[in-house]
Amino acid sequence: MFDTLSERLNTALEGVRGSGTLTEEQVKKVTREIRLALLEADVNYGVVKEFVGRVRERATGAEVSKALSPGQQVVKIVHEELANLMGGSAHKLSYASRPPTVVMLAGLNGHGKTTAAGKLALFVRKQGKNPFLVACDTYRPAAVDQLKQIGRELGVPVYDEGTEAPPEEIAERGVKAARDGGYDFVIVDTAGRQVVDTEMMEELKRVRKACRPHSVLLVLDVVTGQTAVEVAQAFQEYADFDGMILTKLDGDARGGAALSVVSVTGRPVRFASEGEKMGEFDYFYPDRMAGRILGMGDVLTLIEKAEAQMDRREAEAQSKKLMAGKLTFEDFLQQMQMIKKMGPLSGILGMLPGIGQQLKDVQIDDRMLNRVEAMITSMTPQERRNPKLLQNPSRVRRIARGSGTSPQDVQRLVRQFNEMQKMMRQMGKGGGMPRIPKMPFGMR
Amino acid sequence: MGRSWRNFFRRGKEEEAQPPVATEEREAPAAGPEEEPSGGWFGRLRQGLRRSRESVVGQLNAAVAEFRDADDEEFWERVEEILIASDVGVPTTAKLVQQLEQEALERNITGAGELRRLLIEHAARMLEGPVEIDLSHRPTVILMVGVNGTGKTTTIGKLARHLPARKVMFAAGDTFRAAAIEQLQKWGERVGAPVIARERGADAAAVAHDAVEAAKREGVDVLIVDTAGRLHTKINLMAELEKVRRVIGRQLPGAPHEVLLTVDATTGQNGLRQAKMFKDVAGVTGVVLTKLDGTAKGGIALAIADEVGLPIKLVSVGEGVEDLHPFDARQFAEALFGEL
Repeated sequence: MFDTLSERLNTALEGVRGSGTLTEEQVKKVTREIRLALLEADVNYGVVKEFVGRVRERATGAEVSKALSPGQQVVKIVHEELANLMGGSAHKLSYASRPPTVVMLAGLNGHGKTTAAGKLALFVRKQGKNPFLVACDTYRPAAVDQLKQIGRELGVPVYDEGTEAPPEEIAERGVKAARDGGYDFVIVDTAGRQVVDTEMMEELKRVRKACRPHSVLLVLDVVTGQTAVEVAQAFQEYADFDGMILTKLDGDARGGAALSVVSVTGRPVRFASEGEKMGEFDYFYPDRMAGRILGMGDVLTLIEKAEAQMDRREAEAQSKKLMAGKLTFEDFLQQMQMIKKMGPLSGILGMLPGIGQQLKDVQIDDRMLNRVEAMITSMTPQERRNPKLLQNPSRVRRIARGSGTSPQDVQRLVRQFNEMQKMMRQMGKGGGMPRIPKMPFGMR
Repeated sequence: MGRSWRNFFRRGKEEEAQPPVATEEREAPAAGPEEEPSGGWFGRLRQGLRRSRESVVGQLNAAVAEFRDADDEEFWERVEEILIASDVGVPTTAKLVQQLEQEALERNITGAGELRRLLIEHAARMLEGPVEIDLSHRPTVILMVGVNGTGKTTTIGKLARHLPARKVMFAAGDTFRAAAIEQLQKWGERVGAPVIARERGADAAAVAHDAVEAAKREGVDVLIVDTAGRLHTKINLMAELEKVRRVIGRQLPGAPHEVLLTVDATTGQNGLRQAKMFKDVAGVTGVVLTKLDGTAKGGIALAIADEVGLPIKLVSVGEGVEDLHPFDARQFAEALFGEL
């Protein structure tokens, strides 16, 4: 649907490389592309207007460096401005000097408050806190049950009074119960509401007053469109939130709404919530989000994930072997296992700039990795070290039987492995990154 | 934005003359706008949308008031902005504005009112599609799909209230989210529909299988199958959905007869990706635009209709059962761009 901003800008600025400063005409082209990219990422159009104005100022008369293409350079400016706007570095949570710390969650229906409540509980427990949940969503059928189930799974107590009592009273008694029980971190879950429902918004105000939170977090679905600004303004008025939890970041929404809300309310995003597993929750890093909005991939996160899994020396040795085309199936297996530890493959590939775009319509199945792993583990150590042995049909048949695949599958794996070796040898000789001819191992 | 329920469901011949069952237990369906132009749900919707309308329509009013002639570049730019601010998206906006500009030029339109009518007409044309739901099969199987938190279970509960069918059954296919089964069961109690369920964590396809069997055995008229919310990017979960669909089809050839995708009206351009992926994998036949009661303008409906070619079938404009309505393209366009 859309190309990356850098590709677009490079097209717009073709032939400008190294020609001094950008002309007015070029800047005009550039700002048009930036405007479109941001709108397609769901950044509020009012915010876009303001933002583009700022970028225009910086880009006009900017020196074109020799190291970067003009497109890249403008992207760098945009990226910096975006990250700045979103608050520079991560906004960590602060705890009350006199516990318990009370955090209230608020947001629209279906944006993931209850799930976020559970995730936040787990997150603070990992930081040594003793969390306690309070169920104030008395409206949605079974919402209280949902929080109780989550609490049970995590081993976090949940205070609830069913669905009859007014939420503000439940909140007040819930916080008291937490204090009496010696818990030091209380999370108050509230019902989802529409901001035009004044009655419900007034109720939120009352809940806030009753539980006297140290922090109110707006839970916002990353797919939210242009309306994010009005939503945030209303929640600011009624709940005076001081930060956001951005949810469902494991989807492919670019998440311009986050930028809109931050720039209109001045409240930072504090947490990023990814998947449906309770552990997929972390502090939010604005610079990474800037890259996502621009379709630049999330290189930093990927690097960190890789670093967390990889022994550096091991990695260097492997990459040398890789470039020399001396990779064996054993190394390959090891790398695959490392990749698997980093999370779902689609997530990892999506973080790579360029690749994310090339693969946007590619179906990536993590089970494919399991199949390849099964085939390799069905090989003998000799076969793994010396793939040439695998030209023998009876070996291939045995591996297929052992791994529950077909001989064709095994042959394909060997063939693609050899092709990859060849490609890597080329790269190793300084031939540069060739365009990936076709995705190996059954990725279509 | 919606119309009355009359003629929304296509039914089998033998049933045509029969009145909906158990109407007395149900809340009376809200009056259509043709009967009650100022009040009723349309009035509530307008009131509900006031906040967003104030900004969007306010701008539109201001823009249209200044409209002089179709050559006015600045005017069209403002119209573009307004559409984008309604989540219509860049490509569909560009297309719509180009159509409008061309027609305004050709017909030499200079009046503000005339131009507004043209805008509504073009938007409505883009949104028009087959709205009806066919209930002539016995049982008719409706599969609900969508990403997390878009209102699948709630829509099932509301829709069941409006079904002119004797026996309605639910299948609790969301075996993943905590308390999703309980949520559907609560709706089942409210509307008097038995719920076929297994334990949490069970195979959703197995639940669907049980439900179709039970529906056939018990002579159910309409079976609605709930599914877990899933992001369209999760390949494994999408494969699971494909399997649910396949299992239903194996138990009952031709089923599911309707596959409805819920899309949250606050969704931005990602809604397009959702619609495309769910259409490909689950064979979506129509969209339910939910939570249109907030500030959301629901412009993504235009983009989905235009770029993905899926008809919008239902809209939900509030939390009450009476707030679910069959989609009406013209009214939707009017609510988006009409005068206050």
